Amino acid sequence: MATASSQQFNWVKFRKSVFSLTTGRGIASIIIFTILWEICSRLGVPIIGNVPPPSAVLAALGKQLVSPAYWMSWLDSFVRILTGFAIAQVLGIPLGLLLGVNRTARELIYPIFEIMRPIPPLAWVPIAVIFWPTTELSMMFVTFLGAFFTVVLNIVGGASSIDLRYIRAAHSLGSSRSDIFWRVMLPATLPSIVVGMTVGMGITWAVVVAAEMIASRSGLGFLTWRAYVAGEYPLIIIGMMSIGIAGYVSSALIRMIGSRLTPWLRTF
Amino acid sequence: MSQTQLTPGMGAGEMTVTGVAKGFGLGPLHKQVLCDCSFTLEKGKLTVLIGPSGCGKSTLVNVLAGYEAPDAGSVLLDGKPVCEPGPDRLVVFQETALFPWMTTYENVSYGPRVQRKMPEAEFRRETMKLLDLVGLRDFKDKYPSQLSGGMQRRAELVRAMINQPKVMLMDEPFRGLDAMTRALMQEYYVRLFEEHRGTNLFVTSELEEAIFLADKLLILTNRPARVKKVIEVDLPRPREFAMLTSKAYQDCKMEALELLHEEAMKSFAAGAVNAADFLEACSQMGQDQAVPSCKEGPGEETRQ
Repeated sequence: MATASSQQFNWVKFRKSVFSLTTGRGIASIIIFTILWEICSRLGVPIIGNVPPPSAVLAALGKQLVSPAYWMSWLDSFVRILTGFAIAQVLGIPLGLLLGVNRTARELIYPIFEIMRPIPPLAWVPIAVIFWPTTELSMMFVTFLGAFFTVVLNIVGGASSIDLRYIRAAHSLGSSRSDIFWRVMLPATLPSIVVGMTVGMGITWAVVVAAEMIASRSGLGFLTWRAYVAGEYPLIIIGMMSIGIAGYVSSALIRMIGSRLTPWLRTF
Repeated sequence: MSQTQLTPGMGAGEMTVTGVAKGFGLGPLHKQVLCDCSFTLEKGKLTVLIGPSGCGKSTLVNVLAGYEAPDAGSVLLDGKPVCEPGPDRLVVFQETALFPWMTTYENVSYGPRVQRKMPEAEFRRETMKLLDLVGLRDFKDKYPSQLSGGMQRRAELVRAMINQPKVMLMDEPFRGLDAMTRALMQEYYVRLFEEHRGTNLFVTSELEEAIFLADKLLILTNRPARVKKVIEVDLPRPREFAMLTSKAYQDCKMEALELLHEEAMKSFAAGAVNAADFLEACSQMGQDQAVPSCKEGPGEETRQ
């Protein structure tokens, strides 16, 4: 069947995309960047000269990769991210749909959103620390806020801009109210939900790293900050790169889930 | 096709429209779109509604479908008033309204699936039969975005037909298709109609299309729209493209052209619409109807 063959993994295509000119150029660009950095660093070019060279970073990396403390930082940050993000989805998606679909609810609740939304999540850190009994909970709370508003706003936007033709067609074809919600409104809003999740994930990482620097004693943000305080410059770079990789991996995961949820957008 | 469930005349209803009026906007912004619109869609007949663009054809369709309530007058289907949308009056829209998140098969079987009157095995069979009929069987697992414009229209046609509506309301369904696809769609459509003989209302602004399809031609006036004239089209069925050269066809076209032209002139004289609207109305009356010939008087465009 057509669906079965399209879902089968296409090895030829995969090989072609891995060993393509684009991939080659990508690798070359990273190598050249690293070499330039090394040279500048060694020659003591202003500003860049203050940054440890890649060779020093690599040397320090070996030690970190076998250190349990380093991996604990990854774990701590990821737990915060995932908890905050998951709760933001669990609360944000239904709320967004409710606000998008029900006018009364929208008019009652939306104004509060408009007031709270412009407050940057990091501005919540002090009050969050006061609110919650443990720092861990306050970190998660701030992470949650970072994703929550984005998710809700995206869904409200998506749900209230559903093309009237779809609703009308569904009405005409004899749908009940619940059919219209589950079979039309929800799938029509799914792309906005996915966008909300993707953007929310990006914000979540920005928030958690900063929050860890301010108020926590663990995690990748804290690792980077502590390296600065202790003057271990190569470790700063390792921390930054770890955060970059962690953010990339989580975004890729969300994108993967998103394209599973919206198969009709994948194809053209 | 004779062995399908959709036997000729089945699911045909009579729709009576009496004195329907509809306007939008309040106070000085009020615009009367329909005014004292009355006509009947006869059982098992294909009625074509034609009028200048922007005259309120889509509004009329929305009222008949039950999406909008008329300000005055009544719409009856087999004697019962129409007050909300339902599967007995299905609309095929100007732009595609296929659900982008469903495959062709899911789209076509949507009606029976949500109405829950037919067991799944039965509507599966029925869906496949209809997909076969319009040549979409191989595309049943594709999403609408993967179909061409013509395929989307066909899918939409059978998505409505599977419900055996009493009345099919076609709101300029082939607009925006290229000329070849459009001709092909007209053939598909006329064949489906001739096989099933449901009550159909087909809205268009193309005169050739209108006469080729119609049993009865309703010509609308400018806004506020009402029925200006009803023309019975006495061309034999099944219809073929060869008929476009016949005398009966030409006579019918001339009569209709004259009436449409009159409306365009009126709107021009009244200054009710701007020049751009007038040009559009003229171009829709026929390709060889350039503006200068419109100005020369009503006798001029009957020469084709």
